Amino acid sequence: MSELIPAVSIVEPLDEVALAAGETTLSAAELAEIDAEISHVPYRSAVAIDALKIVQAHRGWVSDASVRAIARHLHMGAAELDGVATFYNLIYRRPVGENVILLCNSISCWIKGCEQLQQSITTRLGIGLGETTADNRYTLLPVTCLGACDKAPVMMVGEDLHENITEHSLGELFGNTANPAQGGSE
Amino acid sequence: MSTGASLDRPLTRNVRPDRSPTDLVAYEANGGYRGLRGTIGTLSPADCLQIVKDSKLRGRGGAGFPTGMKWSFVPMDNADGGHKYLICNADEMEPGTFKDRLLLECDPHQLIEGMILSAYTIQADIAYIFIRAEYHKAARLLREAIAACYDKGYLGKDILGSGYTLDMQVHSSAGRYICGEETALISSLEGKRANPRAKPPFPQVSGLWGRPTIVNNVETLCNIHHIIERGADWFQGLGLTEDAGTKMYGVSGRVKNPGCWELPMGTPIRQIIEEYAGGMEDGYSLRGFLPGGGSTDFLTPEHLDLAMDYDTIGKAGSRMGTGTMIILDDQTCPVGFVKNLMEFFARESCGFCTPCRDGLPWSAQVLDDIEHGRGRPEDMDTLARQVTFIGAIGNTHCALAPGAMEPLQSAMKYFREDFERHITGGSCPWCDGGAH
Repeated sequence: MSELIPAVSIVEPLDEVALAAGETTLSAAELAEIDAEISHVPYRSAVAIDALKIVQAHRGWVSDASVRAIARHLHMGAAELDGVATFYNLIYRRPVGENVILLCNSISCWIKGCEQLQQSITTRLGIGLGETTADNRYTLLPVTCLGACDKAPVMMVGEDLHENITEHSLGELFGNTANPAQGGSE
Repeated sequence: MSTGASLDRPLTRNVRPDRSPTDLVAYEANGGYRGLRGTIGTLSPADCLQIVKDSKLRGRGGAGFPTGMKWSFVPMDNADGGHKYLICNADEMEPGTFKDRLLLECDPHQLIEGMILSAYTIQADIAYIFIRAEYHKAARLLREAIAACYDKGYLGKDILGSGYTLDMQVHSSAGRYICGEETALISSLEGKRANPRAKPPFPQVSGLWGRPTIVNNVETLCNIHHIIERGADWFQGLGLTEDAGTKMYGVSGRVKNPGCWELPMGTPIRQIIEEYAGGMEDGYSLRGFLPGGGSTDFLTPEHLDLAMDYDTIGKAGSRMGTGTMIILDDQTCPVGFVKNLMEFFARESCGFCTPCRDGLPWSAQVLDDIEHGRGRPEDMDTLARQVTFIGAIGNTHCALAPGAMEPLQSAMKYFREDFERHITGGSCPWCDGGAH
């Protein structure tokens, strides 16, 4: 958490010293999107989750420096914002692969064999839950019931929902055999 | 999916077999926004409230609280002239629940028309649709539908010349089951951690940003324009029992035809499972079922002839919850089933109160021990104590942990011998057979 203590006061603009120390600034596009959200709410910190999602959409994940930059813009403490960021499972505080696999492991998918599918994905891609392939293509995460239980087992890859998953469909998506070249990393 | 006569299946009248979305043109061609046009500026908010009260509509998110009564607690004098909010809870995450996705993806305008009339009734000036992050398609369709409504004058300033003004926007969430709890949802919408809030004050008086706020489920709000347009008597006549209306029922698990159907409230459970879901898959038999999502008590084959409505299922010792059943078959381990649910609830605890934060992982650990043959006879007593302590309303900050205890306590009642077989045999009888 010590990394989260702002290098500068939360409402001051960044100086060169702070930038040299690894700080980041929000891009014009990020600022425009965040400010559009701010215009709808009574106070700036109310858009904390929207702002985290906006920065994540641009950068793939939310780094410590991004948390500090967003906090400065929202006039809130970086630690408070990180408390929000770490609460929500779809805010990624570590880098993720180009495609996040959200594997439903709730009850209806469990009945239909999601544990075996998870094993199969691990064999094919060389990653367990929370891990990313070495080629950075995939990150595997569990997710809450995806609301498609009549098509169980299901998962999402990026924004696409995949229903009635079988070994065959996993083969079409990820290749048919174990791929040691894609070995996982945390 | 049922696409039968529009008269008796109002919620799914625009749902097509291929589940393609109904746009504004198609929605209006089938009578859409007629309820809005006939109401705003004609009926008073008090008239609308009375119709919804008389309809006996109960909240479809799981608790079954009477919608009209919930709305009646919103202060209507609005002496301070500040904002009032209507929030649609589209954060569908209850395990085994897949009904709101259908309504959102197939007929977004039905929800929006219902929301406009609901907001009008409580005189809210801002409406949010709080939707789970994974429902990308539904969020996109809703944003398009809202934009179309602004163009048509159904949203924005002075709607249809009535003097009533309403703004509406979609908030896409960032995960976590607890956001479906209405006060946690409000915390999340304010940009905070989604910790539930103490009640009172109730959201109707002090909700979003301290202002009067109503939070209703998608299916609840989808009913509203039909009720106001067609009347309370019509709505009550739809139900087969004391409970009014239709209900989105679903069945998942090892049945031949898992799915979601709009049927009269009070349809017998047997009919839903055997007729609509096609009965059990070949080679499987029914041992039990959760009637309405992961936080409801098991019922068993002896309950199949009960009517699926709030009061009947309540009297049988469970809850109708979301109305989407999860089937436990004879080749699935009841201990593993409950362990999966407990691990889910432990993971999704917001961490605010001790019984939930520390108690649910403890329960999950005991179940894991039993499932993997490490259980001891006294573990059954430990689980029973946890059920008594954590399951009691008032010992926890919100209903998540008591809900988590419902499948456990009923599994210990109906499938106790299966728990004991794990403990005395030192292994899972189902794992040995490789069935799961």
